[in-house]
This record gives sequence, structure tokens and C-alpha cells, in this order.
Amino acid sequence: MDLNYTPAQQAFRAQVRAWMRENVPGELPDYDTWEGFEAHRAWERKLGDSGWGMVTWPEALGGRGCDLIEWLIFEEEYYAAGAPLRLNQNGIFLLGPTLMEFGTDAQKARFLPRMARCDDMWAQAWSEPGAGSDMAAIRTTAYRDGNHYVINGQKTWSTRARWADWIFGLFRTEQGSQRHHGLSYLLVPLDLPGITVRPIRQLNGLAGFAEIFFDEVRVPVDNRLGDEGEGWAVAMATAGFERGLMLRSPARYQATARRLAALYHAHPDAARRDPALRDRVAAALAATEAYALSTYRTVSQLQAGGRIGPEASTSKIFWSELDLALHEAALAILGKEAELDTPEARRWMEGFMFAQAGPIYAGSNEIQRNIIAERMLGLPR
Amino acid sequence: MDFTYTQDQKSFRDAVRAAFMVEATPDVVREGWEHASGVAPALEALIAEQGLTALSVPEVFGGLGLSDTDWALLTQEFGYYAVPDALLTTSYPAACLIRELPDAANRQQAWLPALSEGRLSVAVGHPLSPLVGDADSADLLLLWHEDEVHAVWRADVDITPVASVDPSRRLCRVSWNPSSASRVADAGAGRELWQRLADRMALAIAGEQLGLTQRVLDLAIDYTAQRKQFGKPIGSFQAVKHLLADVAVKGEFAKPVFNRAAYALEHGHPNAGAYVSHARLACGDAAWLAARNGIQVHGAIGYTWECDLQIFMKRIWALESAWGDAAYHKARVADWVLADGAAGPGVTFA
Ligand SMILES: Cc1cc2nc3c(=O)[nH]c(=O)nc-3n(C[C@H](O)[C@H](O)[C@H](O)COP(=O)(O)OP(=O)(O)OC[C@H]3O[C@@H](n4cnc5c(N)ncnc54)[C@H](O)[C@@H]3O)c2cc1C
Repeated sequence: MDLNYTPAQQAFRAQVRAWMRENVPGELPDYDTWEGFEAHRAWERKLGDSGWGMVTWPEALGGRGCDLIEWLIFEEEYYAAGAPLRLNQNGIFLLGPTLMEFGTDAQKARFLPRMARCDDMWAQAWSEPGAGSDMAAIRTTAYRDGNHYVINGQKTWSTRARWADWIFGLFRTEQGSQRHHGLSYLLVPLDLPGITVRPIRQLNGLAGFAEIFFDEVRVPVDNRLGDEGEGWAVAMATAGFERGLMLRSPARYQATARRLAALYHAHPDAARRDPALRDRVAAALAATEAYALSTYRTVSQLQAGGRIGPEASTSKIFWSELDLALHEAALAILGKEAELDTPEARRWMEGFMFAQAGPIYAGSNEIQRNIIAERMLGLPR
Repeated sequence: MDFTYTQDQKSFRDAVRAAFMVEATPDVVREGWEHASGVAPALEALIAEQGLTALSVPEVFGGLGLSDTDWALLTQEFGYYAVPDALLTTSYPAACLIRELPDAANRQQAWLPALSEGRLSVAVGHPLSPLVGDADSADLLLLWHEDEVHAVWRADVDITPVASVDPSRRLCRVSWNPSSASRVADAGAGRELWQRLADRMALAIAGEQLGLTQRVLDLAIDYTAQRKQFGKPIGSFQAVKHLLADVAVKGEFAKPVFNRAAYALEHGHPNAGAYVSHARLACGDAAWLAARNGIQVHGAIGYTWECDLQIFMKRIWALESAWGDAAYHKARVADWVLADGAAGPGVTFA
């Protein structure tokens, strides 16, 4: 055990910090508006052009060849500088690692550098009206026609699909196949004929996700990731990465924790009136540290040659409940003001609303508990 | 930056685990209940045989000179097998306190080799734990008096046992008269010595709580896989699964907090005390939930004297407020996380 950064890691931190100080923009409009989308995309380009788009990728693919500790340091400095949320997070954090593991060299060269600069903005397309938690119930088909798949059906809840250039998801390529058999992992440009994207307004009133309709949409076979019919295995191989590591780096919650601590100190009257508040805030801040420590532990294990197993599901539960706890504590401090559209309260209420979604997306927390019980603890099915 | 234990540390843990698995069975723990010391004699001998009493003793005194992170994995085995605390207290926090005594070469020479060989047992008394654990079976008592450290032999104090809900624990009220002859460190040096002692006791308990969490989880998994109702193992019911998954989540996230605390203590990090308290709260929560959900999934059998679950539940309940109750540990954590600049990205290892 050695819980110190090496001189090289410290130098890397200083380098990120300096770059962020020079370049981080002021607060941007919400990325679920046109204006905000454009502003975030411009920021992503700037990151990509300077090699900060996705630091763990090789330089030749638009990254910096960093290891995962450096990635954590990058994330810490990124959020410490108050930089914007990552517009293309589903691409860089979820599809990216999958492409690294399953993509051909040609696919990596084609997609990753453009993803790192957000030249291509990516959305996920797993869910369907009849396939939510039960993802193996996917019905959208992609039948083979020579060098193409022809897609018919519907996807839904696809985050930021309204602005996306591409989607990735699972499609039933084998006719009549059941459950997780006969699915393939396809990458589909959204400007193809036969695709209709219909935005759906979320709790905050903005169209943060969308449904996507496919009517005889022709996609080249080259756009398949992994083998035909093996899509489930490809999707699952990196699901642990999403739940357990990449999607929610601790720095994001630490930034919220810092704001919560400041809010608490700015409202001494609230703590005087509710003696339990101090405990609640302290517990949420301490849990944020626990999450950071746990992430460093996971990265250490990966660097020692381990893999992320079903314990990734504990992580998904922890970060989503942590986000709730941080925001609930803030609303408790704000008290009567919490519901109001004031600049301070609005940001917390927005975050609180988004925190409601955490236990639902990326595999609901009930599904994670099933996974923990069956695969980590070995309870009977 | 490396959060993993060394191969040596893991191998040593494995060896201790293998010995406890055979020698510290629930029957042996129960046998200890009938002894004045709370410990079956064979188990007491085992601790020295395993070299555990030598672990914290410096090499010049015939020990191994190891420290907190080396103990971290082992404390979990003590918890997992519900090995009574007396053995842990002597070998780890008490041995460390003696080795850190200033200008005490003679006493160290007299005590540490004997401790290392398992011939000297030590109990400690401090305001955080006013009832002294195992005072009645200890040879030597290290006692707090106005931040001074005093060393007295058992024959020189009056001991009144106080029963605990955990039949393995031997808590005692100790009356004694501090004198300049019994003082082994003055208040100036004593303050720091006692703080580290208390932090080590708390860390050891946090490790035990982690081990206890895992033990209760394992008992519950075994039981729910085998017990059938409605024609199926009860472990296949989702309500049962989720009770145990919740315990697993708490346990998983308490571990890195515990590991960081051990590391900080070993390296004298200025926040070590707060980190230890964080570990106590996280590990204590996990253990408490394990006990609660553990008995729930056992049904009525879990409510019996016969069921071994009680050994581990009662240890969990008893340790909850030992060496710092929730109020003490929460206050230390709050003072740390609510301090200026303590929360935010990049602070974790600052
Ligand atoms: C903000 C947000 C963004 C999203 N973004 C995307 C995206 O980009 N791409 C995408 O494909 N999808 C996305 N989703 C969809 C998400 O993946 C699904 O919502 C999720 O898989 C749950 O499916 P469902 O909504 O159909 O709920 P259901 O599956 O109908 O579940 C409803 C409730 O029943 C419970 N439940 C269901 N099955 C079980 C079971 N076996 N055991 C116990 N409880 C069960 C669930 O836990 C939940 O509490 C997003 C969702 C949200 C909220």
C-alpha cells in the first residue's frame, strides 16, 4: 500500500491544473438546449484538440496514453476547475472502452479520434418500450441484406439523441432468436433515411432524451462491433466499466460535496434549527470520500492485473445513493427556499431531480441488488 | 499510488485464517464462555504459536517490528472468527504503546520479549473505555491518569467484573492509586501515546467489524441457500436477496475507508484520527446492518441460543460503542469534513 502520488503524477496534476485554469469557460447554458449543446460541443473540441478529450486513449487515437490513476487525477482537476459536464460522456466513457476491447483497428481509427473531439456525438440505444430492466427482451430487428443490416423497430430513452450524430446499441440480427441470443452490437449514424428521432421532455422540462424509430434503415455490416449474434457479450463486457468506474468518477461528486459544504456554512441558521443537519451533511461528505477511496482501490486492483467483477454493481448503488444524499442534504439546508426558482436553489433542485434518475438508469438499483446477490454472493436464482 | 496489500501480508493473513478456521470454531468460542478469561486455553496458545504476539514487537526485542497495515487484514480475521479481544489488544495496540514509550528501555526489555513470546498479557484503560477489557486475566495494566501512562500489575489493583451481552467479553471496573512509581510516561508524552493507542484500538475494532460483517453474510448465505419454504430455497426470494445485497454494498465501501485509516495511522498522517473514526462509522454501519438483516433472514432459528449467529451478532452489538461511541467518532469526522477546504475534488490524498 502506498497512498502517495509519484512525482510524475504530481507533475501531471500541475499540468492539467494549469491548462484548465487557462481554458475552462464560465458556466455554459444547459446542454439539453441548442445553445448549450453548441457551447458544450465547442468546449469538447477544445479539449480534444489539446489532447484532453479522453486521456486514457493512445495518442494516435486522440488521447494521451495515460493510465487510470492519471485519469482520476485528470477528473479531479477537471471538476475542481468547475469545467462543464462532458457532453459526449456516453461515447467516451461507455462506447470508447468497448471499442478498445472489441473494435477492429479500422473501427478504432475511424471512431475514436472523432469521438475525442466530439466531431461525432454519441447516444446509447439499448432501451425499448418493452425492454427496460429486461434488456434481453429487445425486439428491434436488423435483418441481413448482403453487406447491410436493415433495421426496423423502436428505441427509447436515448440520452441526448436529439443532438447526437450516432447511436450504439443492441439489435436482433437473428430472426426468431430469443433473449440474449442472436443480438448484435451496431453503430448507427442518425442521419440515415428511415430514422426518426422524437425528443422526450424530462422532469426539468428539457428534451434530454429521445425515442428513435427505424423504418428499413440500411447500415453497413462494417458498423458491427464484435461478432454477429455476440452483441450481448460485447455489451456486458463493458457494463462493469460503466457501473463500476468510468461513468461516474468520484470527482464529480466531490465537486457537489464542496458546494454542499459551502452551502452548509453559508446557512448557520439552518444547522441551529435542525441539530441533525450537521450529522447529515458530514455523513454525505464522508460518503463522498468513501467513494473516492473505493475508486482508487478499484483502479489499483485493475493495475495489479485484476478485472472488474460483479462488485461493480455495489458501486452503481453507492454512487447513485450518494448523489441523492448530497442533494437531499442541500435541499434540507435550503428549507422553504428549496422549491423556489432562485439561482442558488434552482441548481440544487435540478441536481436533485437528476439524482432521482441515478437509481433507475445504468441498470436499476434493484437489478444491481439481484446481480450482487446472485453473482457476488452466490444466492440461488 | 497503490491500494493493494503485499503478497506477504496476504499470505500471512491466509495462514492465520487457516489456523483460526480449524482452531477458532464456534464451539471453541463457546468453550471460552465457561472460562474466567473468556478464551479457551488452546486458542490463547494458538495466538503466540502463530507469531501474532510478536508482530508489533520491535526486532531488537525478539519480535517482527511490523505495524498497522500489517495488522489491518489480520484484525478482520479476528472479527470473522470472533476471537476474543484480549488476544488482539495485547498483541497490537498495547504492544505498540509499550514500544513507543519514551526513555523506557528497561521496561521494554522486561516486557516486550515476554509479550512477544505470549508470556505477558496486557490490558488498557482509558476514558474512552472506562471499563477495562480483560483486566482480570491480564498480567499488566496500562492505565490513563490525566494523560499520563501508568503501568500496574494486576495484583496491585482492585477488579470488579461487569457482565457484557457478549459472553466472550470480560469488562472490569478497576480501582487503583496512581503514584510516581507507577507512572511510565508524563502527560506531555502521554497525550500522543494515548491518542495513538485509542486510534489503534478503534482501528482494530473497525477491522473486526469488517470481519464480522463478512461472517454474518456467509452464515446467512449458507442458511438461505439450504432452508426451503414454498418449495424453494429462501435465498431465491428477492426480498431476502436484497437484504443481503445491502449488507454487501456497505461492506464493500467500508473496506477502502478502513485501509486508508490503517495506512494513515502507520504513517502518522495528520488526519489519521479522523480517518480512523470514518472507518469506525463505515465498518460499524456495515456490521450493524449485517446483524439486523442476518437475523431477519434466519427466521426463528436466528433467535435461539443454539444458533451460532448469536456469537457474531452479540460481538457486533458490543463493539458498536467500544473505544469511542458514535457521538465521538461522528464529531471527529464532522470536524474533519466540514473544515475549510476538506471537501472537493483532489483532496482525498492531499
Ligand atoms: C435519465 C435517464 C437516462 C436514460 N438514458 C438512456 C439511454 O441513453 N439509453 C438507453 O437505452 N436507456 C436509457 N435510459 C433507460 C434506462 O436504461 C431504463 O430506464 C432502465 O433500464 C429501467 O427500465 P424501465 O425504465 O423500463 O423500468 P422498468 O424495467 O419497467 O422498471 C420499473 C421498476 O421496476 C423494477 N424492476 C424491474 N424488473 C425488476 C426485477 N427483475 N426485480 C426487481 N425489480 C424490478 C425496477 O427496478 C424499477 O424500479 C435512461 C433512463 C433515465 C431515467
